[in-house]
Amino acid sequence: MALLELQGISKNFGAIQALDNVDLRLDPGEVLGLMGDNGAGKSTLVKIMAGNFPPSGGEIRLADEAVHFHKPVEAREKGIEVVYQDLALCDNLTAAANVFLGREIKLRFGPLKILDYKRMYDRAGQLFAELKSETRPRDLVKQMSGGQRQAVAIARTRLRDCKIILMDEPTAAISVRQVAEVLDLIRRLRDQGIAIILISHRMPDVFAVADRVSVLRRGRKVADKTTKESSPEEVTGLITGAIQSA
Amino acid sequence: MTDRVAIDDVLDKKESTWWQDVLGYQPFWITLAVVVIAVIMSFVNENFLSTGNFFNITRNFAFIGIMAVGMTTVIITAGIDLSVGSTLGLVAMSSAVTIDSGHSMEAAIAVGLLVALAIGFINGCLIAYVKLNPFIVTLGMLSIIRSQTLVLTNATPVTLRRVGEEADRFRELLAGNPMGVATPVWVLLGVLLIVGFILRFTAWGRHIYAVGGNEQAARLNGVPVDQVKVSVYMMSALTAGITGLLVLAWTGSALSNFGQSWELRVIASTVIGGANLLGGAGSAYGGVIGAALIEIIRNSLLLAGVNTFWQGTFVGLFILFAVLLEKVRNRGR
Repeated sequence: MALLELQGISKNFGAIQALDNVDLRLDPGEVLGLMGDNGAGKSTLVKIMAGNFPPSGGEIRLADEAVHFHKPVEAREKGIEVVYQDLALCDNLTAAANVFLGREIKLRFGPLKILDYKRMYDRAGQLFAELKSETRPRDLVKQMSGGQRQAVAIARTRLRDCKIILMDEPTAAISVRQVAEVLDLIRRLRDQGIAIILISHRMPDVFAVADRVSVLRRGRKVADKTTKESSPEEVTGLITGAIQSA
Repeated sequence: MTDRVAIDDVLDKKESTWWQDVLGYQPFWITLAVVVIAVIMSFVNENFLSTGNFFNITRNFAFIGIMAVGMTTVIITAGIDLSVGSTLGLVAMSSAVTIDSGHSMEAAIAVGLLVALAIGFINGCLIAYVKLNPFIVTLGMLSIIRSQTLVLTNATPVTLRRVGEEADRFRELLAGNPMGVATPVWVLLGVLLIVGFILRFTAWGRHIYAVGGNEQAARLNGVPVDQVKVSVYMMSALTAGITGLLVLAWTGSALSNFGQSWELRVIASTVIGGANLLGGAGSAYGGVIGAALIEIIRNSLLLAGVNTFWQGTFVGLFILFAVLLEKVRNRGR
């Protein structure tokens, strides 16, 4: 049984058809690479799965049950977490504050609810340790490296027992050494049984960690095969249109 | 690169210690400046440390300080509220009219605060939901409210002295000096503690910083960005309203030009106290100490016998100095 299944998803913005009848399937514990050129519809597809907006047509099924998301929070409640391309971090807050942003742990004193700094620092520290990241909960995000920032955004997804993490271009804007760090993070998440959709431009990264790769071109899915059966050359051809489909 | 830590990973990490935090905290430097000026002035003019002068300074800066605390919450969200001076004026006038028309002191206070909250609510909604620019919205509001203050009594001042018992109770409550300290100073202390607590220890406060740090990120993480924005404009208007009541009680009458151009002094205080107009940074204490610095400069120049026309120059220089300090502190970050 598929963990997440998209059936015939379409999306149009006015006259523009961003997605046309896309099927996608994600199995438990799988890393799926989602590839495509700029404007191929990757981001639109991610935003539909994340609940940013509903599809114009088609159905999203989670563990064989149809779901309808109207807000990101609803997708999150169903176990779908997103690491956004710009990481959605507040530079002026600490790592721990970012991890718990929007779902702070509070202590209750009668009608008063105050932030439980200690528990949030402890839990964030624990999450960073699990991710084997050298990130300290009390540090401000603006002082951090790209890899550490990525760890903060990923730690955020681990607050609850999520089943699926969507990662939008996690390796796009960081140094080579930090890319290795992030790919390690992805492997660790997979080892914990989490299914991941990795949206990326970077061929080597996808082939390093993904079990399967799906390619979008102009809003249609043109390929879906295991990385073992494919090659970077073939995928490049599929992205550019030199190969029609595979 | 799995379990190994690269050397530059460790090298670019600095453990920040408490004293580094203090040195990097702008209000600390402003507090220092206030203390240094006070020490120098106590040698220059023996009247400076007199009880009377202390009472004057604290009361004068309390009015601006209270509003600066509210303004700080707005500025942290990367907003601005230019309507606080006008709000003060309309609140003072409507409360005075309420008492003058024979209602109780409690009614006058309630009317004043409701007027303030309504103004803040309208500002906030136009900014958060209609997505208009805060500068323009509150600039428009500045003009509307000032004109309504004039309309309310046809620009005639309302004097509380001739009104009677309720007016006396009003002045007793808001213009006294319990334990030798002026009531506005006590109110300032209360406002500072409450707002300081909210900013530091509540999720609401943290969301205020998050909205100013990265609004889009806050939204994606489920922070109720629009409600937070409305709340800070209501906070700012409320502090302006409280100040309006205090000014009314202190002077004993309401003039239609009350609070005119005070918004600039309030904003100057918050900026001197370390608030960043780009959002994300600022503290309640910073606004208060900024107001204190401006007042102590003003008072010192007066006592030192400097031509009062020079005051604006010194205050302006301190604003520029504060922004420069901010720049230096953030270098290399």
